[in-house]
Amino acid sequence: MSTNGMESWAVDLKDVGAIYPFQGSEGLMVIIGLVFWIGWHILQTRHENAEIEADMAADRSGEETRAAIDRH
Amino acid sequence: MEGNLNALTTIFTEFYYWVTIVMMFLIHVGFCMYEVGVSRRRNHLKTLMKNAMAIPLVTVTFYLFGWWIYFGFPNGPGIAGGLVAAPFAEPWNPLMGTHLSGVNPGETGVTPTDAALWHRLNGVFWGAFLLFSITTASIISGSIIERARSGAFWIVAVLVGSVLWILDASWGWHPQGWMVKLWGYHDAYASGVVHAIAGGAALAFLIVLGPRIGKFKPDGTPRDIPPHNVWLVTIGLFLIFTGFWGFYAACNIPLISPATIAGQITGETWTATNIYLAPTTLSAITFNFLMSLSGGMLAGYIVSKGDPFWTFSMGLCGVISASAGNDLYHPVQALLIGAIVPTICYKLHYFVERRFKIDDAVGAVAVHGYGGFLGVVVAGFMLWGQPSSPYEGFAHINPLGNFAGAVLMVLLGFVPTFVVCKILNGMNLLRVPAKVELEGFDFALNHAFEASVREVGTAEKAMVK
Repeated sequence: MSTNGMESWAVDLKDVGAIYPFQGSEGLMVIIGLVFWIGWHILQTRHENAEIEADMAADRSGEETRAAIDRH
Repeated sequence: MEGNLNALTTIFTEFYYWVTIVMMFLIHVGFCMYEVGVSRRRNHLKTLMKNAMAIPLVTVTFYLFGWWIYFGFPNGPGIAGGLVAAPFAEPWNPLMGTHLSGVNPGETGVTPTDAALWHRLNGVFWGAFLLFSITTASIISGSIIERARSGAFWIVAVLVGSVLWILDASWGWHPQGWMVKLWGYHDAYASGVVHAIAGGAALAFLIVLGPRIGKFKPDGTPRDIPPHNVWLVTIGLFLIFTGFWGFYAACNIPLISPATIAGQITGETWTATNIYLAPTTLSAITFNFLMSLSGGMLAGYIVSKGDPFWTFSMGLCGVISASAGNDLYHPVQALLIGAIVPTICYKLHYFVERRFKIDDAVGAVAVHGYGGFLGVVVAGFMLWGQPSSPYEGFAHINPLGNFAGAVLMVLLGFVPTFVVCKILNGMNLLRVPAKVELEGFDFALNHAFEASVREVGTAEKAMVK
């Protein structure tokens, strides 16, 4: 028993289709891919919000900001 | 070459590998940019030269003995048989130069069969493997910057690039390698045979070498030593990604008939294969290369909170961690492996740095060592039960075989490098004195540069009317 159904390469390749592991779970893998992608946006937005909040709280006097503008 | 189809296949294969060599050179452009970008301004030139000179040194030694090791040692020797005769890879053989496939009168060491197979392929195969060799050596270079002597690195570069990695390739990355035969070891795009061994060697070097001055506070807490030029670092990593396309393509045989694989595969369908001569496609590795790279970058961006150095490095780690099975994975599997393994490696990097005071300036042990090791282990589970080779009687891919193989790869890099570094350290040849480290490696070069600028400037100003 193997994870892709192949036990030997002593076959005619014209009769062989997909050879990745766990064939038949393509739908599940697409769902996992979608969850991964959407999850990334959620996590990234949380991080970016926290970063922006920290930036908003920083440099109350505006001194560093003016120096940054001067440096271009 | 007899027959148009044979000629076409041979010359296509020759050109295919030649292109991969050109592409893989970009890996070394990337390594140099990356390493110089991470180093501080007072160490630039010597850092560049330390890495760059590994190219000619590994090239010469790989010609002299590295290439022969690959063909001579697939049985161990002494594990699955004896030393294998490989006259075409001996540096004194006429097939190690320009050759047109016949056999001249009095030409020794060349059989008609060897001549027909190797006359056009020897140089390009040698070149492609050499570029793997230089990559393996270069991986170590970045981790030891700003305190290791260049000469010590170059000795280790030859040891790892022209002996150790090619020995492990002969064992586990060869159609007849004993690890493939007996253990079912599967590592199609070199997670273990290039990256884990280089990570093991880098770790050994770092343990003997010690951290940079100032890396750790008196209480042992690590300080961050930021790259002097993050742009250079990220462009360097981009170039490494680009060169990796050549690395992946060079791990395949582009076109082969079932008859050439001793008729093990039946029928008439020609195919591309991995290094073990088992079928795969360039499409498969294109899907999986990009998906594993993406998994690593997406995970890297989150866990490092958008840090460019780690986002790019984890992209590379994503590719490395899926490489062992990227000939066979589904793209979403490559994505997930490419995301999960680098996250573990990132955490491990900082844990090892804090706990064991290892100063790895570029995270090479994490990206290549842990990433490569875990990549091989994961492949053992994901590809469990699949044939490791088209040849009869070989063990099937299995978790234990791949785990043992991953351990062997790390040890093969770690142990000899540790011994050599200890010897070099005992001879005071491993690390520069503290004064030189603090002055910077480029101290004398910078002085000469400034003196030249002053001298030519003075001369020019004297001519201004």
